[in-house]
Amino acid sequence: MNHNNKLLFIKNLTKIFSAGSFLFKSNIVAVNNVSLELNAQRAEIFTLAGESGSGKTTLARIILGLVRPTSGTILYKGRDITQIKSAKDWKWFTREVQPISQNPFDTFSPLNKVETYLYDTAINYNIVTNKSEVYNILDEKLKAVGLSWDEVRGKYPNEFSGGQLQRLSIARAIITNPSLIVADEPVSMIDASLRMSIVNLFKNLKEQFNVSVIYITHDLATAYYISDRIAIMLRGSIVESGPVEKVLNAPLHPYTKLLKQSIPEPTIDVQWEEEIQLSVTEIKEFTASGCKFAARCPYVMETCKTKEPEETFVDERAVKCYLYK
Amino acid sequence: MRSNPLSIVKVEELKAYYVSESYGINSVVKAVDDVSFEIYEDEILGIAGESGCGKTTLLKTLLGTIKPPLSIFGGRIFYRIEDEYRDILSFREGELRDIRWKIVSYIPQGSMSVLNPVRKIKDTFLDFMEAHRPDISKSEFDSLVKNYLGALGLPTEVLDSYPHQLSGGMRQRVTIALSTIFKPKIVLADEPTTALDVVVQRGILQLLRKIQREEKNTLVVVSHDMGVHARISDRVGIMYAGKIIEIGNTEEIYTNPLHPYTRYLISSLPKIGDKAYRTGVPGSPPSLSNLPAGCRFQDRCPEIKDICREEEPSLVEVNDNHKVACFLVSKGEENYES
Amino acid sequence: MSAFKELLKTDRRFLIGFFIIVTVIILAFMSFFSPYKPDERHVLPKDQSPSLQHPLGTSSLGQDIFWLLTFAIKNSLIIGLLAVFFSRIGAIAIGLLSGYIGGNTDKVLTTLADSFIVLPRLPILILLSFAFRSNLNFLTMAFLLAFLDWAWPSKRYRSQILSLKEMEFTTTAIFSGRRTLGVILKEHIPFLIPYIMADFISGFLWAIGMEITLSVLGLSNLDTPTIGTMIYWANYYQAMLKGTWWWIGPPVIALIITVIGFYLLSVSIGNFLDPRTRIQRIGGWRTE
Repeated sequence: MNHNNKLLFIKNLTKIFSAGSFLFKSNIVAVNNVSLELNAQRAEIFTLAGESGSGKTTLARIILGLVRPTSGTILYKGRDITQIKSAKDWKWFTREVQPISQNPFDTFSPLNKVETYLYDTAINYNIVTNKSEVYNILDEKLKAVGLSWDEVRGKYPNEFSGGQLQRLSIARAIITNPSLIVADEPVSMIDASLRMSIVNLFKNLKEQFNVSVIYITHDLATAYYISDRIAIMLRGSIVESGPVEKVLNAPLHPYTKLLKQSIPEPTIDVQWEEEIQLSVTEIKEFTASGCKFAARCPYVMETCKTKEPEETFVDERAVKCYLYK
Repeated sequence: MRSNPLSIVKVEELKAYYVSESYGINSVVKAVDDVSFEIYEDEILGIAGESGCGKTTLLKTLLGTIKPPLSIFGGRIFYRIEDEYRDILSFREGELRDIRWKIVSYIPQGSMSVLNPVRKIKDTFLDFMEAHRPDISKSEFDSLVKNYLGALGLPTEVLDSYPHQLSGGMRQRVTIALSTIFKPKIVLADEPTTALDVVVQRGILQLLRKIQREEKNTLVVVSHDMGVHARISDRVGIMYAGKIIEIGNTEEIYTNPLHPYTRYLISSLPKIGDKAYRTGVPGSPPSLSNLPAGCRFQDRCPEIKDICREEEPSLVEVNDNHKVACFLVSKGEENYES
Repeated sequence: MSAFKELLKTDRRFLIGFFIIVTVIILAFMSFFSPYKPDERHVLPKDQSPSLQHPLGTSSLGQDIFWLLTFAIKNSLIIGLLAVFFSRIGAIAIGLLSGYIGGNTDKVLTTLADSFIVLPRLPILILLSFAFRSNLNFLTMAFLLAFLDWAWPSKRYRSQILSLKEMEFTTTAIFSGRRTLGVILKEHIPFLIPYIMADFISGFLWAIGMEITLSVLGLSNLDTPTIGTMIYWANYYQAMLKGTWWWIGPPVIALIITVIGFYLLSVSIGNFLDPRTRIQRIGGWRTE
């Protein structure tokens, strides 16, 4: 089937990690039967939200071609990502898809000047035909993220703040004019007062540069602010997904409701009432059969514990919950 | 909140700097620069501020763990010990060890750094007891631990597990149990919820609040997250570039923030349901080894006046219990006296 | 070279170590100006205590000890250098292949390294040098030593590579269009350099030490003067009992000073190049 009109097409994607040795293997299903699509016509910001252990980072690494899925389909602009092996294919792919990582201090080697990464990206992807033009392009991209070549030239990563490094990371990623950026928790390690300026940059990427962004976060407030659509992940499965206004303003899945209620907003008007239950060990929840939220769900029923719910469509959203069958 | 609260800790004009010299390069980082405030009994005091503002250093000094390259360059930290105020900066290591874990305890940022990865939880508790309360017998201690975990709502199966088998949230709660089992009068929590998910965070904060309400002791929570303070702190102090720039009751601070920085911190983050454009604070915090003359917020302040570049504003009381260091609010002549 | 001057000025260990090594190298170099050939014997009166003419006296074989020492130092250094060169080339190559290629190659190479590690090195060296005794020139000796000293370092290089591969900046480099070789050279080697330098020096010292051990046991080529063979011959002629301390003393002292000098050098250079202190020097310090 032709999926060329889809930027990203993922269907029934699963990734199983096996840990342990010869006799005591245990399997962790990090990504569990995930499906999602991104449109190629219009740039959009798609959020993957969830707690740690939800599988969002593994999914991101699969999309970036850094991890092979165990089963399922993943196509980028119609091409199978798992079949991208030759140098030429890989170059095409990495020009199109670029990452932004969580920790700005780890993104660049502390022993190299930051400009070497920018320079290499421009040269290696033949962005310019003439080496002397490189600095013009770099300056242009740096200005797009609020920096300038003069500020950056000759400096090492530890001479910049976290916010500046993250901007540098974004500047580097847009040099190749990618169509998709996969940003893994890009602002969770940035101070609150600087966070919005970086978040606004992502908004800009979509609006001005027509770049789609897969925005991975556990911060639902910034997700609401910039995304078009959102998928809530729990222990490897997408439990609810759809337009962000619908999912976050009127959540259907009990887990989404819990997430939304737990956000500590900086206002004293809303306070938490009930005490909540937390999971004891992650293994227990991971290896439970049935719905992974059953142990903590206030609406749990018997079927929830035995079999995982299938996807149903309610009110423009996809939900995996027996409450809506 | 009580009226006429009794201070349990008084910090006066504290200066704590990091001095380093390596390969000929000298640097002095003024992490805590002339800070004065009080901590009361039976309250949760929040210290808010971003990375590089000095809040972790402040905690270190409150605990008395001052090792090179950190040094005290002035000031006093009074603890009320048995109805007398004593300056712990003058204590010797032995006296400091006495007050740690019994009068003041500490919950560090990463729970894994407190829990020994190769010991079961119950053994870590045991080690703890042997180090700090050798007077309690093992069986007495065992029941103490089980009861305490039960009271906190933690399942006792945790005791037989290794740290890596527990979820991040559970580890943090075990660390909290460890730090509070001897019912210290002051608990210092350094970013107890950072790197934890939002749901787990809520569980941790609810646990901390529960402990404080039952023991009626004092909890000092350091966090860069203004949402966390809105949830559990009774009073909040905002730190910026080594100084406290605003401090007051939580309700007052959130409904009437006075310092431009505080207002940014509260309003800059988005809320669900609202897609209106928001912006962060322009610029970035000054380097603590290279501070400007005058107010430290000058390069980023939208309402800066000339005096801000010349003089440093001091912390002045503007309202009941609400103090601010800003020339927009005060004239700068009055000084805060403890 | 400014780094060099900086080290010289600020780190006393480097100063002392450098001074010692320069002295040792000068001594080794002086062997080219020796009025006596190294294999000449019975050219001078025996067992003369130190005098103006012969600053370290003469041996029971009628040799000038001072000039003999210069040859001994030179030869010991050469053997050590050859041995560590061969062993580290092997260790780095195997460690890098293991770390980067992974999979079955890694399993095979690691098993190979592990089998070498459990070997008792001294007994095997003794056995091998006995087996090759008719052929024990510098090269064979160096190969023998390298043969038994590549395994442990290769595991360390491998583990460094494994951790460097996981670093986020490796991913950044990949998405900056760098190919594998580029990533290795530009991203990883800079981190490895301080480690390689310290490792080189420790391997060098081990090789010298082993050569001396073998020589003292009489298992190397005893006609070539090295620090070890000097000690051997001094013992053979019972220098300690006879009291000809000027024969047994100098090689031992030379050995001790050489080891201390290289050790100081390796520690101070290692500290200087360590990424953590380098970062401090580059931009200044961040605080909490």
